[in-house]
Amino acid sequence: MRVVKTGIAGTLESSDVMITVSENTSKGIEIELQSIVEKQFGKQIRRVINEKMEELGIKDATISVNDKGALDCTIGARLEAASYRAAGISHVRWEEK
Amino acid sequence: MAKNAANREIPLSLPGFENIKPFEGAFENTPLVRRDKGVRNVPKLNKLIDTVEQAVIKAGLEDGMTISFHHHFRNGDYILNMVLDVISNLGIKNLTLASSSLTAAHTPLIEHIKNGVVTQIYTSGLRGELGEFISNGNMENPVLIHSHGGRARNIETGTIKIDVAFLGVPSSDVYGNSNGYTGKSACGSLGYAKVDAEFAEKVVLITDFLVEYPNTPFSIHQDQVDYIVKVDSVGDPEGISTGATRMTKNPRDLLIARNAAEVVFASGYFEDGFSIQTGSGGASLATTKHLREEMIKRGIKASFALGGITSQMVKLHEEGLIRRLLDTQSFDLDAVKSIGNNRYHTEISASYYANPLNKGCAVNKLNVVILSALEIDTEFNVNVITGSDGVLRGASGGHSDTAVGSGLSIIVAPLIRGRTATVVDKVQTIITPGETVDVLVTDRGIAVNPRRKDILNRLKATALPLYTIEELKEKAQRVAGTPETIEFEEKIVALIEYRDGTIIDVIRQVKS
Amino acid sequence: MEKLRRTMLYVPGNNAGMVKDAHIYRSDSVMFDLEDSVSINEKDSARLLIFNALRTLDYEGIETVVRINGLDTPFGLDDIKAMVRARPDIIRIPKADSADDIKEVEAIIEAEEKLAGLESGSIKLMAAIEGPLGVINAYSIATASKRLVGIALGAEDYVTNMKTKRYADGMEILFARSQIVTAARAAGIYALDTVYSDINNEEGFINEVKLIKQLGFDGKSVISPRQITPVHRIYTPEQKEIDFALRVIEAIHEAEEHGSGVISLDGKMVDKPIVDRAERVLAMAKASGIMVHEDDI
Repeated sequence: MRVVKTGIAGTLESSDVMITVSENTSKGIEIELQSIVEKQFGKQIRRVINEKMEELGIKDATISVNDKGALDCTIGARLEAASYRAAGISHVRWEEK
Repeated sequence: MAKNAANREIPLSLPGFENIKPFEGAFENTPLVRRDKGVRNVPKLNKLIDTVEQAVIKAGLEDGMTISFHHHFRNGDYILNMVLDVISNLGIKNLTLASSSLTAAHTPLIEHIKNGVVTQIYTSGLRGELGEFISNGNMENPVLIHSHGGRARNIETGTIKIDVAFLGVPSSDVYGNSNGYTGKSACGSLGYAKVDAEFAEKVVLITDFLVEYPNTPFSIHQDQVDYIVKVDSVGDPEGISTGATRMTKNPRDLLIARNAAEVVFASGYFEDGFSIQTGSGGASLATTKHLREEMIKRGIKASFALGGITSQMVKLHEEGLIRRLLDTQSFDLDAVKSIGNNRYHTEISASYYANPLNKGCAVNKLNVVILSALEIDTEFNVNVITGSDGVLRGASGGHSDTAVGSGLSIIVAPLIRGRTATVVDKVQTIITPGETVDVLVTDRGIAVNPRRKDILNRLKATALPLYTIEELKEKAQRVAGTPETIEFEEKIVALIEYRDGTIIDVIRQVKS
Repeated sequence: MEKLRRTMLYVPGNNAGMVKDAHIYRSDSVMFDLEDSVSINEKDSARLLIFNALRTLDYEGIETVVRINGLDTPFGLDDIKAMVRARPDIIRIPKADSADDIKEVEAIIEAEEKLAGLESGSIKLMAAIEGPLGVINAYSIATASKRLVGIALGAEDYVTNMKTKRYADGMEILFARSQIVTAARAAGIYALDTVYSDINNEEGFINEVKLIKQLGFDGKSVISPRQITPVHRIYTPEQKEIDFALRVIEAIHEAEEHGSGVISLDGKMVDKPIVDRAERVLAMAKASGIMVHEDDI
């Protein structure tokens, strides 16, 4: 998948995360993380993001994360939704999950 | 033999009386009595001083002394900031601040610490920016955190020697009789302030409501008071007391409250004449709803409620379900009104409440207490003062006092707050030692301290969801994930004093 | 033992906070909604959220239901593809008007189960009847699929279609309720009642629950955790019922011990409906926290 525009998903409600996926002018995955549990889970959140990007086959993207204590499964879901929106693809390939 | 001022011959010494002082005149040796008897057109005898500044000077405040305040005005307090600004302007430095607690209203204290006005703090709690400031290592001397009972013990035994107590009072007469339930800034019980008034070298009252002499009934009395200053406002009424404490509507808190009440019912402590203390909000307070229903159903009445008194407790008392109220801090206007009007709603000092070294404090006779927690570990140690990030944001308060005094101590808390687990391997800071904590009630299960096999057996006969504390910890980790360990610097920024004066834990500076 | 479905807690499918905690309130079932509570712009995001939640989180044995969008919307097909792989216990079909609505969804589920290598029939179905045509077709809907375990009434849309509105006494939906519960019984499946939106009207809610229990409904959809306990309380059997149920079970054990094919109690024959009811009563009693030890008798 390739990022062709900006995609946003999620909310700023408690236990949710708002994720913006946009094009990265340089190569690779660049993560800007703001989290209410930065100290406790900052590393883990980055791990989840990198794994999901690899799963989706996205190599270059800027990911801006505003986290309000979301669990890993929520982060993954919001990231995937934002990524599909950023790629302009409307249907997830469920057969591959 | 010499003649005294009444023209009588008085020997200067006798067997058993080595040093006899002859009468020198009616007014000579009692400075506070007026010499102008019979002169009518002078101001009535009073202790009024025009400004806080003059009071500070008259009280003889000097560098290095200890000053004290109470926190009955909660987030609406103006007194501490007002007095410290004056002290700072006078150029006085290196003071020890002994405030019963510090709230978000006391953020201006940061400047006074930076300027060296205050260099040592004894308190029960630190919050907001002030808590962060301390956690970031900005004070040379560590703060001493004590419980409510511990503060009273410290003051009564002289470990904390208060040179000048600055006590904001909602009403006072010109000679110093004050109470907490009259005036626009009414706060109810003056339980913390009473200890300061009794033991401080000098007592300065600051009030916004001067009333006719004598202001009876009184909590602080004239024979304890040195000076009185009248100001426009001692605090913001909206920050001092809410109308009536509202019971939470949060379904998670309500679920926890139901389970906690069920624990009480099955515990063996729910019998006629039992006594209870709850916290002032959330799940803790919400248990009173279920307690009330069951008390009515089973015809059980409580002998007293202790606290921390809210409108809920007042209503239960007025309904006849709780015989007496012992109040060290009134949380809302219903409680304020009640303590002012009802002789069975009794103000108690912080010492009466929880001082472990007096002749018997209130927590000793307490049956059930329902407390909250930021963290609790697998040994049942409880943290109510630092967040999971290690930053100061709470208070020791009456937690450790009531946990040990009570027959049954119940902690209510959600298993996970957002992504932060409440049940952990080791709490960041121990306020209350696990050997005094009996039951943990969360929204996802209940754990009983293995020391309380009696409670465990009783609860096993119910349908309550029982787990070991390790199982709850693992559950929390499975859902939220395993957090990184927080890193700290070497420097110690706070000592946690257990109620008996020993140090149970330390708080270190957070790494930025 | 029959599965209890006294309460089904609605959870808006795009609310991350509620989704992760839905089970702590111990309703009998939890329904993640991808339909009316999710705005059109967020359908894709909610679908992924529920997919991840179902695959990752432990809902501790509480029955999970997902309400998908209808096949007549751009979202229904993706919902089915996703949810078949997410494996909730039940997929709930909105606005069912006829047996065909059920069969269409079932066919797609079958195909997707095959594609995904899943056991056929592993996901069950429920249908919500929300319009007059559906009410008329209640029995054929109820018998449209072996996977269908229950039908429910969706009163909001129904009364709008009927050109009336909701009243406190429920007369305007009496026919719909009666039709649905009768069809469910004839088909041998569950009947669930519609939501009660006024969360703060505790008395009104309790009256409605008593009514639908009297009509024979198995349970109710609830939109707030606060509504769960009142429903469970009303569905708690009385001691008389429990005592009788225990005696029925005892009579069965006795008959088995004596090798007798006929079970009798108080001189009357105990047939299957009585046995079923006894088991249901004991299951509800146990779920209500009344400790019923069958082995004690």
